[in-house]
Amino acid sequence: MTVTDPSAHSTAADPGVAADRPEDADQWTAKVRAAAVGALPPQKLLPDRQPAYVASWIYVFGVTTISALIVVIGTGMLLAIMGPNWWHVSSTGLFVNSLHLWSVEIFFFAMVIHLWGKFFMAAWRGRRAATWITGVVTFLVSVGAAFTGYLSQQNFDSQWISTQAKDGINSTGVGAIFNVTNFGQMLMWHIVLLPLAVVVLVGIHVLLVRLRGVVTPFRARTVGDGPPGDDVTTTATGEVTA
Amino acid sequence: MPVLAMIGSLVGALVDLGGPGHYVHWGFIQISWGNLIVIGLMAIVFILAIALPFPHRGGDDQ
Repeated sequence: MTVTDPSAHSTAADPGVAADRPEDADQWTAKVRAAAVGALPPQKLLPDRQPAYVASWIYVFGVTTISALIVVIGTGMLLAIMGPNWWHVSSTGLFVNSLHLWSVEIFFFAMVIHLWGKFFMAAWRGRRAATWITGVVTFLVSVGAAFTGYLSQQNFDSQWISTQAKDGINSTGVGAIFNVTNFGQMLMWHIVLLPLAVVVLVGIHVLLVRLRGVVTPFRARTVGDGPPGDDVTTTATGEVTA
Repeated sequence: MPVLAMIGSLVGALVDLGGPGHYVHWGFIQISWGNLIVIGLMAIVFILAIALPFPHRGGDDQ
């Protein structure tokens, strides 16, 4: 039996990243670990500082959206644990049900302002197209999650919304597999598939923000300049280079 | 309970949400007052977020 010092192949620059044994260097686990830590080292994944231009209220709406999402998921889990009799009848259940609704309202409110801010910053500049696209897809999937939530209320409101929506959905052909009047199906979409999709997309979105950094402002124009370009790049830690 | 009822009436909805919704009609555009107010609030908050200074410690800029 060979005993190997676990720290023998780790360096100060990449503690715990390299394979413990040289013969393990070709393992896919070692390769994935090295690639992941290489792309997103801990200091970049959870930085202590942001570039100076991030000191603006417009940058708080992304994290506000995530905070609201945490409340949405938490209250949704409580509703799932306790069940419809609780959220329809009990005063505590009604309160948690309301928290679920209003956190969704804040979620969309903050997300739309985040979207406007990033649109006018052209936040897809500097190889950030994937960040922008995952944000847009998250927004669209969230609309579906909210829609199926309204269909899961079990009241006249959900009955009205589903009967109004079925004609629109059926006209697209999607109604063949996505039946908005099928309560069980809509509930499963609302509490399993769509929340999972939103959480995964938000996770990818945040990792991409950490990977590419926050988009830089447009360069200030001076006399003789062309249109504002995006030839200014920055790292996630705020080093700005032209 | 009277105290709770009083608090309820104080912090309750400013508009009676029990009746049919109120809508704005402008040509082919039809939108509920509720949705219009939320969109207006988002626009106001967006402008304030750009206009208001962000508090941060002096010498913090990188």
